[in-house]
Amino acid sequence: MTDAELDAFMDASAAALGISIDPEWRASVRANLAVVFRMAPLVLDFPLDDEAEPAPVFKA
Amino acid sequence: MEDIAWHSATAIAGRVATGALTARAVTEAALARIEARNPVLNAFTDITAERARAQADRVDAARAAGRPMGPLSGVPFAVKNLFDIAGLPTRAGSAINRTRAPAAYDSPLITRLEAAGGVLLGALNMGEYAYDFTGENRHDGPSRNPHDLARMTGGSSGGSGGAVAGGLVPLALGSDTNGSIRVPAALCGLFGLKPTYGRLPRTHSFPFVGSFDHLGPLARSVEDLAAAYDAMQGHDAGDPACADRPPEPVSASLGKGIAGLRIARAGGYFRRSMMPEAAHAVQHIADALGIASEVEIPEAARARAAAFLITTAEGAALHLGRLRTRPGDFDPDVRDRLIAGAMVPASLVIQAQKFRRWYRDAVLRLFEHVDAIIAPVTPCPAPLLGQKTFMLDGVELPVRPNLGIFTQPISFIGLPVAAVPVAGTLPTGVQIITAPWREDIALRIARHLEAAGIAVAQRPQEP
Repeated sequence: MTDAELDAFMDASAAALGISIDPEWRASVRANLAVVFRMAPLVLDFPLDDEAEPAPVFKA
Repeated sequence: MEDIAWHSATAIAGRVATGALTARAVTEAALARIEARNPVLNAFTDITAERARAQADRVDAARAAGRPMGPLSGVPFAVKNLFDIAGLPTRAGSAINRTRAPAAYDSPLITRLEAAGGVLLGALNMGEYAYDFTGENRHDGPSRNPHDLARMTGGSSGGSGGAVAGGLVPLALGSDTNGSIRVPAALCGLFGLKPTYGRLPRTHSFPFVGSFDHLGPLARSVEDLAAAYDAMQGHDAGDPACADRPPEPVSASLGKGIAGLRIARAGGYFRRSMMPEAAHAVQHIADALGIASEVEIPEAARARAAAFLITTAEGAALHLGRLRTRPGDFDPDVRDRLIAGAMVPASLVIQAQKFRRWYRDAVLRLFEHVDAIIAPVTPCPAPLLGQKTFMLDGVELPVRPNLGIFTQPISFIGLPVAAVPVAGTLPTGVQIITAPWREDIALRIARHLEAAGIAVAQRPQEP
């Protein structure tokens, strides 16, 4: 995502969540969002069956 | 007076049990040591001196009355300040939480250590809300590494690392969501245990990411680690993830050695992106264990990404109310990560949780062929306080998230890990990873390495 796209996403999400972002925090929040969307394809691109469900880690 | 600061927990308990030392004398010595060294190390944020003296006197009275002595009789310990201590606000490294009402109860892990004769001396510094691998804290100042005061302890259980490595207490408790026990254990040169997810109850502790939160001990010897771990086991209904299984004590089997154990080294992802000191530490341990085989932990980079996404989203959900009403009161670094985390699409988090199950099943299959896997803890020894980036494989990366690249894919599926220290100019650490519920094997290997002089909690130079 471009910086402009990240900014648009950040502004819309902040409004939806009721979070006020001080102008001084924007660059840092944007940088963190950029990491999120860099990580995202690693998870989204991994093929899983439609039947795959999350599970508790371990049962005693 | 005898210098008790560097005694092991089990040595102290043994001497208190025989009457060679009183718990009160041990407590006074520890309090004096904290008074002298804590201004430098900044490990303790709260000192519970009166409570400690009262508990020490109870231990001494029990001995005088001929009652049985617990395995941690008179042993000073302290806990990361996200554990509830009755009468203190549970600050969890934050400014916001310290204005809350004092905790009404102790964590059951504190209760269990005290029942074994332990003496709680206070609460320890940590990164704000545990979202941190550095041990730095905006509000309380950084925990300082006893091996070099200009360096990080690692985090988020930074005060736990500094307090034990600095000789303030022989035993501390920390929490580990993505590496927060193992990272400070490695950077401070200690033994640390992150038990299986669900082994030790998290009741009455401040959470971070319920999916991955674990509690556990840090110590300067394997025997101490095991004694504390054994004393803390057992179900508690207050933690919905705590497994309802009976305690499986490990202390008696520590000395069984490694004969017959199949131990491999993690390859691929766990062989890249580290400095020579970290690579040397793993090689040193691998050589000592005679490891000839390597296993590939499948999709470890994806596991780290999934752990990152779940962490940031779950952590943000926990703090959303505070992000809306008091954003200016957070550590800015934590706040800006959490604000971004609040915006992560739900579909991404759910997909990460589905991947987690796939990954768990794939990694568990490895344990059909090996009993333990070794891997680095951190990619480097302790960075300097305030250091923002480091170079790994020729790439400049931010320190704060990347100290946990090797720990995150393991806690993601709750596997037990003993972190063992390798001595050097600055210490480093190695993870001994085993199948679920096999802490006994990890600690046997750790004890074997300690007895051979390979894994050593080195004593820092002091002025």
